[in-house]
Amino acid sequence: MPDNKKLHSVAALFNSVDEIISAAKKTTAAGYKKFDVNTPYPVHGMDRAMGMGQSKIGFVTLFFGLFGAAFIFLFMWWSFAVSYNIVVGGKPFLAVPAFIPITFETTVLFAAIATVVGMLAVYFKLPNNSHPLHDTDYMKAVSGDKFGLVIEAEDKQFDKAKVIEFLKGLGAYKIEDIYYPEQEKFRMFEPKFLLFLAIVAVATSGLTYVTLNKLMYITPFDWMDFQSKLTAQKGSNMFANHEGMRPPVEGTVARGFIPYPYKGQPMPVEVLSNPTIPTKQILELGKGKFLTFCSPCHGNFGEGESRLRGQFPVGPTLHSDKIINYPDGMIYHIITNGQNAMPSYAPQITRHERWAIVDYIRVLQRAQNAKESDLKAVNKESVSNVQN
Amino acid sequence: MSLDYSKELTLVQGNMTMADLDNAIAKPMDTKPNKNYFIALAFTSSLLLLGVIAVSLTFYYGIGEWGNNQPVGWAFDITNFVFWVGIAHAGTLISAILYLLRQKWRTAISRFSEAMTIFAVICAGIFPIIHTGRPWLAGYLIPYPNAMQLWPNFVSPLVWDVFAVSTYFIVSLLFWYVGLIPDFATLRDRTVSKIKKFIYSLFSLGWRHSNRDWRHYEKVYMILAGLATPLVLSVHTVVSFDFATSVLPGWHSTIFPPYFVAGAIFSGFAMVVTALVFMRKVFSLENIITMDHLDRMNKIILLTGSMVGYAYLMEFFISWYSGVPTEQYVAINRAFGPYAWGYWVMVSCNSIFPQLFWFRRFRRSIPVMFIVVVLVNVGMWFERFIIIVTSLHRDFLPSSWGMFYPTWVDFSILFGSFGLFFTLVLLFTRTLPVVTMSEIKGVVEGAQPSHYEGDHNA
Ligand code: HEC
Repeated sequence: MPDNKKLHSVAALFNSVDEIISAAKKTTAAGYKKFDVNTPYPVHGMDRAMGMGQSKIGFVTLFFGLFGAAFIFLFMWWSFAVSYNIVVGGKPFLAVPAFIPITFETTVLFAAIATVVGMLAVYFKLPNNSHPLHDTDYMKAVSGDKFGLVIEAEDKQFDKAKVIEFLKGLGAYKIEDIYYPEQEKFRMFEPKFLLFLAIVAVATSGLTYVTLNKLMYITPFDWMDFQSKLTAQKGSNMFANHEGMRPPVEGTVARGFIPYPYKGQPMPVEVLSNPTIPTKQILELGKGKFLTFCSPCHGNFGEGESRLRGQFPVGPTLHSDKIINYPDGMIYHIITNGQNAMPSYAPQITRHERWAIVDYIRVLQRAQNAKESDLKAVNKESVSNVQN
Repeated sequence: MSLDYSKELTLVQGNMTMADLDNAIAKPMDTKPNKNYFIALAFTSSLLLLGVIAVSLTFYYGIGEWGNNQPVGWAFDITNFVFWVGIAHAGTLISAILYLLRQKWRTAISRFSEAMTIFAVICAGIFPIIHTGRPWLAGYLIPYPNAMQLWPNFVSPLVWDVFAVSTYFIVSLLFWYVGLIPDFATLRDRTVSKIKKFIYSLFSLGWRHSNRDWRHYEKVYMILAGLATPLVLSVHTVVSFDFATSVLPGWHSTIFPPYFVAGAIFSGFAMVVTALVFMRKVFSLENIITMDHLDRMNKIILLTGSMVGYAYLMEFFISWYSGVPTEQYVAINRAFGPYAWGYWVMVSCNSIFPQLFWFRRFRRSIPVMFIVVVLVNVGMWFERFIIIVTSLHRDFLPSSWGMFYPTWVDFSILFGSFGLFFTLVLLFTRTLPVVTMSEIKGVVEGAQPSHYEGDHNA
């Protein structure tokens, strides 16, 4: 053996299980602390022979099991009762019996994962494939059917000659020096490694791109965007007119739609009568709609001051005697039907809103031609308000 | 033959030494497989391919490819799911429950049946996901903070199922892997091939058979067995809740959880025996997986089969005793309605044929046990089919009665799942030790110290 290598331990192999048990006992008795026994399977009584007590790993299981239970239980309550209320079958938000199955499963899950990961990573300090014992004849033997005992050089009592003597005395059939392996050096920028990194980078980004931009949009992952059904504007050879959509039967009236009887008549002989009473609410509605739809052409007060600045024929004043004398239904008729250059506003404005506009126009007209008596009426009203 | 029950039977026969055991167990991994292996693999992977094609068609065209309809919204899909979850249970029973009961004979078959557990859960897990029609959205079942700010409905048995089955899978996998670590180390130290050595080193994590590690290891193994035991019982209980918590006649029944668990163990043991019969022969492991093992497994099949039979009778009785007309009708309809043939296949395969196992001669006869366990597998599949389809196809309203007829896609997916399962089993037998080396070595004659300090009562 070369001298420049550092000694890790001296290892001895035994043939039978009884020998290893007594060897372990004697090693403990001799006061060695840093020693270990390697056996191909767990040997009963070895823990005691090596002077070790019970494993305490059960506490890890207990802690994480309880943690898992508490966590998922509170989480279910929180998600049901706080985050987003879901009422199912009239169950309360804290549905304890219905939470039991998941609480149980999560308890087991947390406990099992924590125990195994804890055992491997914390207790065993695995993975560790560079331990000095690896790849020795000793390891190969104890992996099969032999039993081994190693005394480490770090032990306080360690003295190589004495240890070998001691192990021979225990009845070992073979004794082996275990050295630390030479540290292999890996250079960071090895071409092979860089190539590997490049391939990984290209593959990952390529896959991500394809997944997010292509794969997500092919059938069947396309959220049923494309279906073999007829949509409104599609053609179809099923019908004589090659239209996918069927026109409604002659005379069909759409729901909520009342046909206007004087449609297309420039000067109807009779008109509808106003069904509304000019309450404050109606006037407010009418004002809003008037300002939105009528004021651009007829001005904010219906005086015919167009804001369109000649881009469209100016709407005439609504304060002419003609309009004042028109019945309500006639103004309604003009809004609904349009008049010469003025288009119909029926599609934009509902029937109710049209009557509200008519009411508001009446208000505007009255305001332009207010009489002394109107003021009195207002005063009377305010006095009566005070009296009340 | 006289039996001395006061003494443990020898677990390993034929005076095998530890080295013999290692060689026998590692042989499938050290040698090249023969032609028969490839023929078997070709067969199972063809089945798998058929299943893959059928599932792809389902994804592309939708669930309409199946025979499912109104009112039979669950059919082959959920039948297969329950069937495979049931198969899985045997492995955990053998590896965890029998471990806690100190049944040392489990050692020889635990690895193999645990592997079957994992593969069966994989097969099972596919079905609930594909039966949603858009399986890529299944992620919503997991509670994670998603863009819709919604959480799963935790009081739904279907969500319990997600938790139960995925927990079961993860815990089984951990249990299996923990058992494999020392074996990987042994294989690592045996092999001469560089590639194999790299792989085994990777998975052995650098295990050194150190007694300082064995100490915790054994404790953890026991803890995992302790966790897996209630877990395995809970899994099929939760699966049965999928049915039992509904109000459908034939489903709404408190006998379901124990009935399902017994059925699961029953079908699982049948599947394990089916596979073991071949495996011990093909890999000449007759001295490790002995006739005594099969004998004991057949006894459990007899027990659970009788429990299932009892449940069938009880269902009939309770439906009459309940006084609910629809409930009574469903029971009658099961036995004498349009699916009566399936019902009687189920009853005969599950409760009648296994009665042969009362006789020691039949329990120890390979051909008899093989036929019986295959029939049990068939019968248990039909049990789930009958439970699901006969309850759905005729319930309260005669005007919404209907019939279910499977399509070729349904059958292909069913056969495909068998293909997947057996392909995985075949690959497993060639890549991993089918018997736990580190455990079996511990139970051969003379493996434990003859008179270790202290007495057994300490
Ligand atoms: C695009 C500009 C425009 C808008 C908007 C408009 N009008 Fe007119 N309106 C006209 C024009 C132009 C005429 C004159 C048509 C004609 O030559 O007979 C007119 C005529 C009228 C008349 C008849 C006046 C008369 O002397 O014959 C009334 C009443 C009337 N509009 C009411 C309304 C009401 C109510 C609205 C709101 C719903 C409205 N208009 C919106 C342009 C408009």
